[in-house]
Amino acid sequence: MLLVSSVMGALVDLNGKGRYVHWGFIQISVANLVVIALMAIVFIGAIIVPYRRHGDR
Amino acid sequence: MSVDTGSRSDPSAGLPEDARQWTAKLRNSATGKLPPGRLLPDRQPAYVASWIYVFGVLTVSALLLVIATGCVLALKGPAWWHVSSAGLFVNSLHLWSVEAFFFFMVIHLWGKFFMAAWRGRRRLTWVTGVVAFLVSVGAAFTGYLSQQNFDSQWISTQAKDGINATGAGAFFNVLNFGQMLMWHIVLLPMVVALLAVVHVLLVRTRGVVPPFAAPPGRQDGMARTGGSEPSVEGDRA
Amino acid sequence: MSEPRGSHGRVRRRRFNPDRDVAEWHGRYVPFDLVKEFVIALVAVAILVTVLAVVFSSPDDHPVTVRSWSNGDPAGFAQTAITELDGTSGSATYGPPYNTNGTAQSIGFFSPAKWLGVHVPIDSAQDFVIGPLQTLPDRAVLAAVSLYNSSSAAQQAKWTAAYEKAVAKATFGNGRLRIPAGDYGPVPTMMNALVSMARSGALDGALLSSRQFYGSDYTKPLLFIADGTFLSNIAQSQHLAGDQWGMMNETGNFPGQAWLWLYTMWYQVPPMKTSSNADLQVWAIMMLLTLGLALVPFIPGLRSIPRWVGLYKLIWRRHYRQLAATDSSATGAGP
Repeated sequence: MLLVSSVMGALVDLNGKGRYVHWGFIQISVANLVVIALMAIVFIGAIIVPYRRHGDR
Repeated sequence: MSVDTGSRSDPSAGLPEDARQWTAKLRNSATGKLPPGRLLPDRQPAYVASWIYVFGVLTVSALLLVIATGCVLALKGPAWWHVSSAGLFVNSLHLWSVEAFFFFMVIHLWGKFFMAAWRGRRRLTWVTGVVAFLVSVGAAFTGYLSQQNFDSQWISTQAKDGINATGAGAFFNVLNFGQMLMWHIVLLPMVVALLAVVHVLLVRTRGVVPPFAAPPGRQDGMARTGGSEPSVEGDRA
Repeated sequence: MSEPRGSHGRVRRRRFNPDRDVAEWHGRYVPFDLVKEFVIALVAVAILVTVLAVVFSSPDDHPVTVRSWSNGDPAGFAQTAITELDGTSGSATYGPPYNTNGTAQSIGFFSPAKWLGVHVPIDSAQDFVIGPLQTLPDRAVLAAVSLYNSSSAAQQAKWTAAYEKAVAKATFGNGRLRIPAGDYGPVPTMMNALVSMARSGALDGALLSSRQFYGSDYTKPLLFIADGTFLSNIAQSQHLAGDQWGMMNETGNFPGQAWLWLYTMWYQVPPMKTSSNADLQVWAIMMLLTLGLALVPFIPGLRSIPRWVGLYKLIWRRHYRQLAATDSSATGAGP
């Protein structure tokens, strides 16, 4: 039996049964999917969001 | 050779007769490539105007946090985080710094790829960046092996097959905790840090890569002097 | 035409290639506080990481020990132990770098593990069974080990083969392993003693001990544990197995190593999926791709992708707009 040490101080307990997405031959954890989706969003955002400097019109 | 220190007003004057010294040569080479104004410039080309440009410094910041939190873990040894809530918290900081490090580094890589940032004699900047990424993967891997919990047991017993197949298992034994820990806290961080420093200094030396030329038919105000060092001429309309 | 200077300052004439060369900037520079940007970035990332650590913490699943394994699944432990003794376990038949009882992976003639040979010697029967048993102060067990060692290889094989068949149907009760009756020689005495030693925790210590007092090398206990199914069953339930893209994953719902996606992907596709040389094949593919990534600036076609895709037009849109504005004011054309 697997013993999981108590997670002290975590507001959101990510231990426990992992959630996975099965898509064709691809299997990916929801956690990893979230990270990758965030990366794509941040990347696109970094390119699209205007960059303003001091003194710009 | 006479030693008459009274006639030399400033020991670091760089007198011509000392120019053949290794010290003088090193100093002149370094300051020639990276004078203070290029090492720490206070101006950037006007085209550096996108949020994509901040991911390099975000990556470096995350790396510094990885190292700092790693140092705190080192203070109390590898078993500390299993028996102390403070240790577990520092371990969490270390883990999330690593996640942030890879998050920012990969976005930085995507940005630099789509900007073709290797153009104009900046190929070594690209190469050092990719190698730093690869060594970082190795550093993270040895970190996972050093956890001394179920995760490191599984990762080591699985990874051994891949590494053994390449022959590297003959001298890189992922089941040897002592060896993996030392690679993780000594050897690999040194290499990552060195590569990061070289990478950043290369960016400072060559400058941030200019944009692709505007479509044909337009005068784009950029002199075609490919291969020369970028000149810092100040504002020019 | 550009005139790049070679390493000795000679002028080399070559055509301007937009994917390799760039016209250096002689335009406008704007104020930019590098150090301030760095400090802001450092503080921002520190805050982000602290928030993540407070909210999510980090995983720390307890390790499997030989003790927890043998208590959790004594019959399974014995089934693995007999394969260590008779030399049919994964470790026993692994080949280099542990021993020469197995074939190293190869791609054609290329077999680096074979060339480098044995460097972490493991004799599974001696290291995992006989050696530990010989540390016990039990005369009956020592006699059984002595009888086993002094018997011929053929006799040993006869006993272990019979025991291996029987232990597949073993049950465990009252602290004892029960198997169908048969002629197993000294093997049941040895195996029962090993199971007891494992359940008490003494085997963990015995496997870790070495010639020197301080040990930090867990090769032996890890190989022994990995030869069984106890560890892999837990891994399977945590979605960490190789055929589950496990290399990318972490226990629970924590994000793992998403950057390993391409490495693990190759294990899911034929022929690597079913090949006994899969590890070497995947490594070779990844070496090539890695080299490709590192050498993008030197590879025609690959280095043209950014210009073809055109995402740079979005990144530098302000720069191109300013150029266009400068153009139209210079030529007198209206906005």
